[in-house]
Amino acid sequence: MRLPQHSDSGTLAIDLRAVTKRFTTPSGATYTALKDLNLGVVAGEFCAIVGPTGCGKSTTLTLVSGLERPSLGTVKVHGADVSGITPGVAFMFQTDAVLPWKTVLDNVALGPRFRGTSKSAANTKARDWLRRVGLAGFEDRFPHQLSGGMRKRVALAQSLINEPRILLMDEPFSALDVQTRSIMSNELLQLWDLTRPAVVFVTHDLEEAIALADKVVVLTAGPGGTVKASFEIDLPRPRVVQEIRFEQHFVDLYHQIWEALRSEVDIAYAQTTAATTKRAP
Amino acid sequence: MTVTANLTTAGEKHEVSVNERVYRSKVRRRKLIVHLTQLAFLVVVIGGWELYVGSDSRKIILYGVPSGIVSRLHTWVADGTAIGSLGDQIKTTLEEALIGFAIGTALGIVAGIALGRIRFLADVFSPYIKVLNSIPRIVLGSVFVLAFGLGIESKVLLVIVLVFFGVFFNAFQGVREVDRNLIANATILGGSPWQVTRQVILPSAFTWIIASLHVSFGFALIGAIVGEFLGGSHGLGVLIKNAQGTFDANGVWAAMVIMGMVALLAEWFITKLENRLLRWRPPQLAGPDL
Repeated sequence: MRLPQHSDSGTLAIDLRAVTKRFTTPSGATYTALKDLNLGVVAGEFCAIVGPTGCGKSTTLTLVSGLERPSLGTVKVHGADVSGITPGVAFMFQTDAVLPWKTVLDNVALGPRFRGTSKSAANTKARDWLRRVGLAGFEDRFPHQLSGGMRKRVALAQSLINEPRILLMDEPFSALDVQTRSIMSNELLQLWDLTRPAVVFVTHDLEEAIALADKVVVLTAGPGGTVKASFEIDLPRPRVVQEIRFEQHFVDLYHQIWEALRSEVDIAYAQTTAATTKRAP
Repeated sequence: MTVTANLTTAGEKHEVSVNERVYRSKVRRRKLIVHLTQLAFLVVVIGGWELYVGSDSRKIILYGVPSGIVSRLHTWVADGTAIGSLGDQIKTTLEEALIGFAIGTALGIVAGIALGRIRFLADVFSPYIKVLNSIPRIVLGSVFVLAFGLGIESKVLLVIVLVFFGVFFNAFQGVREVDRNLIANATILGGSPWQVTRQVILPSAFTWIIASLHVSFGFALIGAIVGEFLGGSHGLGVLIKNAQGTFDANGVWAAMVIMGMVALLAEWFITKLENRLLRWRPPQLAGPDL
């Protein structure tokens, strides 16, 4: 069992303090996505964030990556305030974000190339990572020639080749079918184990969250989402994602977290149905 | 041509290959019928024209006649035109069109991407561009001839003005349509703004830009011809203008045929370029054979 050391790490890998994020909608109104959110992730920890639709899960990731700034509060990564794109961060998007006009190899080599590595060195490294994600032999294909699961592997290799200390994942496998999804989850855990970056994994699937994470954070329903509760997942590693859900401890944890999540889901659902009935004539 | 269900495997294979052959010959026959109908259509139109005009000299002056057009082309090729050899005229017009097209396209792409990427520039310049786009730009030809004389410069400028806007608007829209996730991904992977522009924005916008090139090359030829029309001493436009001035409808048509061939050739090149640059795209469903 190799749980990350929670207590003795001096600085948190990710430290969000009293973060509020407001957006201005095109009509000029302000929308509060996050309100007074506190979240800490230690180095090497796998943290999953669950919450109902529209609670600001993805916003959290854009704040950590530096794509957005908080309206209030501080966002620190490895003790330093986030300004501009955070160095040492990788981001896996919900939709395909590999470049469709580049081959698989060129896509994976993109990060090192951007950082000034020579073409041949970058390609060697990219080939190595493609082998690790099981895509050896597909170097010269274009993304549209691959299946959805294979494109996710390309995205994973593209992210991990930069050897990030923080990996942000925004419902990365939600577009995949159930079987491919659990296979990918398993492979993600194996790859994570190689370099052990801190992971923030956003999902609305509680089962996926518990199977993968060391810590599951439940957010309240938006607008103005904040942390409702945080749960330590002390299931032993290495885990087999497809089978862990049958274990009694998994089921107990699921019940416990679902208790916290259910009321938020109900609130979010009530909001969407209220909005639709209001709109309907 | 249905496959009977209860056949042996070998028989089935045989049956399938027979079906395949029947299907292929059907496709071939259909193709043949289409081509024959196309030919018949052409014969009817050209023949009808020839028969209608006949040897009536008044009608020949008004409408021209196919046989006259062919003989005019033959004379031009064999003996040259009144203003020099036919090759020189084509070369002059093509030179004006191509130089203007290249400059106009380059300016359009650069301006479109700059304004699409930099919000401030877009906000400052968009009213001016709207105004410039709304005026009938072909009239600028007169201004250019007055300002820059009868040489190649005035025509090239007119071509640039005509080509620029089409390419610009498409490039601008293309930049606006780039998937935000692709930009965010490349930025987080470590791409500088210039690298993101080069490797994400430009290839993505190219789908839009290429689409505008087809139309823009047509505009380039129009610009060159109209420029020569308004004031010039060489080129296909001058040839057309002279023919019109001497009531020579055959000459106008003949010049038009030459232009048409040049445009088709250019279209072929642009399609080649398109296929080369956009080979990363998933194959499109086959459209009608046009």
